[in-house]
Amino acid sequence: MVGEGDLRQGCAADEVCGIVPELYVEPAHEAELARVLEYANRTGMRVAPRGGGTKLDWGSAPPAIDLMVSTAKFNKILEHAPGDMTITVEAGVTFSQIQSALSAHRQRLALDPLWPDVATVGGVIAANDSGALRLRYGGVRDLIIGITVVLADGTIAKSGGKVVKNVAGYDLPKLMSGALGTLGIITKAVFRLHPLPESSRTLTFPFLDRETANQFMLSIADSIAVPTGLQMRTAASGMIAVDVRIDGIAAGVAAQSDVVRKLAGGVNPSEPEGNPWQARQQLWDAGGSASICKLSMLPAQLSSTAEFVREALSTNAEWTLVMQSTGLAWLRTDAADGGQIADFISALRSFLAPTGGTAVLLKATEALREKVEPWGDAGSALPLMQKIKLQFDPRGILNCGRFVGGI
Amino acid sequence: MSPTFIEALRSLVGEGLITSRDELRTYECDGLTNFRVVPLAVVLPSTAQQVQAIVRLCAEERVAFVARGSGTGLSGGALPVEGGIVISLARLNHILEVDIPNARVVVEPGVINFAVTQRVAPYGYFYAPDPSSQSVCTIGGNVAENSGGAHCLKYGFTTTHVLGLEVVLPDGSLVQLGGTTLDAPGYDLPGVFVGSEGTLGVTTKVTLRVVKRPEVIQTLLAAFDSTNAAGAAVSDIIASGILPAAIEMMDNLAIQAAEAAVHAGYPNCGGLLLVELDGPSAEVEALMAQVKERCMTHHASEIRVAQSEAERMLIWKGRKAAFAAMGRISPNYIVQDGVIPRTALPQVMDEIERLSAAAGLRVANVFHAGDGNLHPLVLYDRRIPGQEHDAEQLSGEILKLCVRVGGSITGEHGVGQEKKMFMSEMFAEPDLQTMQLVRCAFDPDHLSNPGKIFPRTPLCAEKQGVYVPHPLEISGEAQFF
Repeated sequence: MVGEGDLRQGCAADEVCGIVPELYVEPAHEAELARVLEYANRTGMRVAPRGGGTKLDWGSAPPAIDLMVSTAKFNKILEHAPGDMTITVEAGVTFSQIQSALSAHRQRLALDPLWPDVATVGGVIAANDSGALRLRYGGVRDLIIGITVVLADGTIAKSGGKVVKNVAGYDLPKLMSGALGTLGIITKAVFRLHPLPESSRTLTFPFLDRETANQFMLSIADSIAVPTGLQMRTAASGMIAVDVRIDGIAAGVAAQSDVVRKLAGGVNPSEPEGNPWQARQQLWDAGGSASICKLSMLPAQLSSTAEFVREALSTNAEWTLVMQSTGLAWLRTDAADGGQIADFISALRSFLAPTGGTAVLLKATEALREKVEPWGDAGSALPLMQKIKLQFDPRGILNCGRFVGGI
Repeated sequence: MSPTFIEALRSLVGEGLITSRDELRTYECDGLTNFRVVPLAVVLPSTAQQVQAIVRLCAEERVAFVARGSGTGLSGGALPVEGGIVISLARLNHILEVDIPNARVVVEPGVINFAVTQRVAPYGYFYAPDPSSQSVCTIGGNVAENSGGAHCLKYGFTTTHVLGLEVVLPDGSLVQLGGTTLDAPGYDLPGVFVGSEGTLGVTTKVTLRVVKRPEVIQTLLAAFDSTNAAGAAVSDIIASGILPAAIEMMDNLAIQAAEAAVHAGYPNCGGLLLVELDGPSAEVEALMAQVKERCMTHHASEIRVAQSEAERMLIWKGRKAAFAAMGRISPNYIVQDGVIPRTALPQVMDEIERLSAAAGLRVANVFHAGDGNLHPLVLYDRRIPGQEHDAEQLSGEILKLCVRVGGSITGEHGVGQEKKMFMSEMFAEPDLQTMQLVRCAFDPDHLSNPGKIFPRTPLCAEKQGVYVPHPLEISGEAQFF
C-alpha cells in the first residue's frame, strides 16, 4: 500500500502522552493516505495523525495507538497567488516555510503559532494554535478559507475554496480548526494573506499592579490605536509588564505610539529584553515538569484572573502568565505536587466558568493527566459534538479518546 | 402531522399564530421572489422557550420548519416548505446585554443589524458586518447566511463577529455553541452554524463582538474609462500593501441606475471605484495619498474625496441602493452573487460582456472589488416571452464562469433554494456527502429548512451503513459514547 521505507515500527520519538505507536507510516500522497485510512478503518486500527510532532501531547492520553500517520511527505507549497493574496499548501509544510516563501512578496500568513520552524500547517490547524496576532487578524478559523481532509473511511473531501469570500456549503475549514485530528486528516489548506507591515514597534510598559495594567490594556483597546499585539506578562516574581506592538507605515506607527504612551498615565516604556512576543513559547521552552494551561476569559478579567492564580497557588510555587487582550492566556506553573495542581485547575475552572471562561490543560505530567480531564467542561453542546464525531468517524479510529468528553 | 397540530401551536404562542391564507401570503417568499410556497402556518414566538416548544412539537409531529428574520435574503433561504411552518423571529428583538469594556453585545435573533451599531455608537463602537439591507435585515438572518457587506474586506464576515450562539436544535434541545470567550473547548460549532442557512437549527440568542470606530474614515471616488482600468487600479492598491476598509466598483449601467434612484453625484464613466480607508488619521492621510496616486497612474479621469460625513453617506447610499435602483432602468432583473479571484477580473468582465451580447440582455455590474465578490445584475423584461428564461440561463452561465476561474457560486447571499443545483459545479460528490455528515449530526430527520443548499438530500443512514463495533468496544476496553 505504501512504499518500502515509508512504514516502520513506532519508536520513542513518536510517543503520545507516554503511548508508543505500534506502527508509523509516511504516505507519499493523498490517495495513498486515503488507502491507508480506509484499511485502518476496515480493520479497526487506532490512528494518530502527526505533523511536526510539536503538540502531540495536547489533549487526553490515547488508550493505545496502532498506527501513526505522518504528513511529512506532504511538504509542498502548491500555489501562491500574490495578487489574490491567497496560498494553497500541503499540510506537512512548516509554518516558517510558508512565511519565507511569502516574505519575498512582502506578504504573510498573519498567524504566530508556536515553534514555526517545526510545526506544520496541518498541526497548527488541528490544534488551533495562534498567538498575539490574533487580536488584529483573528485565529486559524478566521484565516483559513479552504481545506482538504481524508476522512476515516478514506473519503477525500474538500470544503471552502480559494477565494476569501465564500458561503457555499457548510464551513468545514472551521470545523476542522481545533478538532485535533478527530474528524479527518488534513492534507491541504488554503489561507488568506495579509501584507507585511512596513514598520513595527513594540513598547513595553512596566506596572506595579495588575489591575492598572489591565485597565491600560482596555484603554488601548478603546482608543484609536489598533495594535497587532497587546499582552500582559506577569509572574510569581511580581513582574508585571504590558507589551504593545504597533504595525503599519512609519507615520502611523509613530502617531499610534504617542497615543499609547499618553494612555500609560506617566508610566514610561522600557526597552524590551529580548522579544516579548516569544514569551508564550518560552513557557514551554523553559523545560521541566511544569504544567501549562490555556485560559480563555473576558478581556476585562485578566487582572482578576492573575490575582486568583497568585492567591490560589502556594507562596513558594513558581508561575508565569502570558495574557493577551483577546482574553486568551497561557499559564505555566511549576508547583510540583500533582494533587495541589489538580485542585488548583479545578478551582481555576470554577473561577472562570461564571463569565464563560475556560481552562484547558496542554502540558502535564502523566500523574496530573490522570487526575485532571485536560479539556474541562464542553457544556451543553457536547452531545452534538459526539454526534458529529460519530458521523465523521463512526468506528472512532481517529485520535480516539483524545478530545473533549472522550471523543 | 396530527389534526390537532395547529391547535397545539396555538396553545404555545396564543395570538402569535397566522393561519389565514391571505396573511400567510406575506411569508410565501423572501427577497428572491421567483420561488413561492405558502406555508401551513406562521408562528411568531416571543421567547426562546416558545421557539423550543414549537421546534419540539415539529420534531414530534415530523413537520418541517423554516426560520425567518426580515425575509430580505436573496437566495430563497427563507422560502417556506410545502406543508411546513415558518417560525418568524421578529418578536425576539431585544438587545439583551451591552458590555463595552469587553466589546460584546448579546442580542436576540430578531434584532435589526443596524440597531446593534446604533446601540453601541454612543460609546464609539460599531457592528462591522454591513450588508446593504442592514437597516432592515436581522442578526438571526445574518447568522444563517453569514452575511458580509462592503466592509468585510477588512473586518470579516458575520462569522468573524459571532462568539457564541444559543440554538434550538431540530430535536428541540436548547444548546449553547461557543460562548462569551474565544476558543471554547471542543469543535468550533459557531463556525459551522453561522452560514448554515437555517438547516441546522434556530438561533435564539447571539453573542456578538463589536468594533471600536476608527479615528477617521475617508472615502474616495475615482472615475475610469472601463471596469478593466478600475480593476487594474484595485490590483495595484492591494499589491502595494494597503488593506482598505472597502473597495467597491460599479460599471456604467449600475452608475446610471444608482444616479437615477439616489442622485449620489457619481461621475458618468465606464468604471467607478469607491475606496474607503479607515484607521488612525496619520495612517489614513498617507495611504489615501498613495491610493490617489495609483488611481492617477491608471488614468482616472476624476478623483474626489468626500469632504463631509454627509457627502460620504450619500456616496454609500448610491452604492447600497444599486440593486433596487435597477428597477429604474429595467422592468425586471436577477441579482447574481459570485466570487472570483480578484486577478481574474479583466478576463471575467470580458467574458460577461460576451455572454451578455450573445444573450441579447444587458448586465449591470456592482462588485465588492477588493474581495472579488461580483454582483452582476441581469436585466430583462418578464412581459417578453422567453426573456425570463434567457436571463436565468445567462445568470447561471456567469456563475459557472466564476467557478471555472477558481471562484465560488456565492460570496454572501447563500445557496438557499436558488443555487443548490450549482453546488455540484463547485464540489464533487464526496465533498457534498461530507457536508451531509454535519447535517445528519444536527438534523437527522431533515426538519430544519429541508431541501435547501444541497442538490439532493440523502437519507442520513445512507453513508453510515451498518454500525460495526470497534474492536476495543467488543473487548470492553472502551466505550464509544
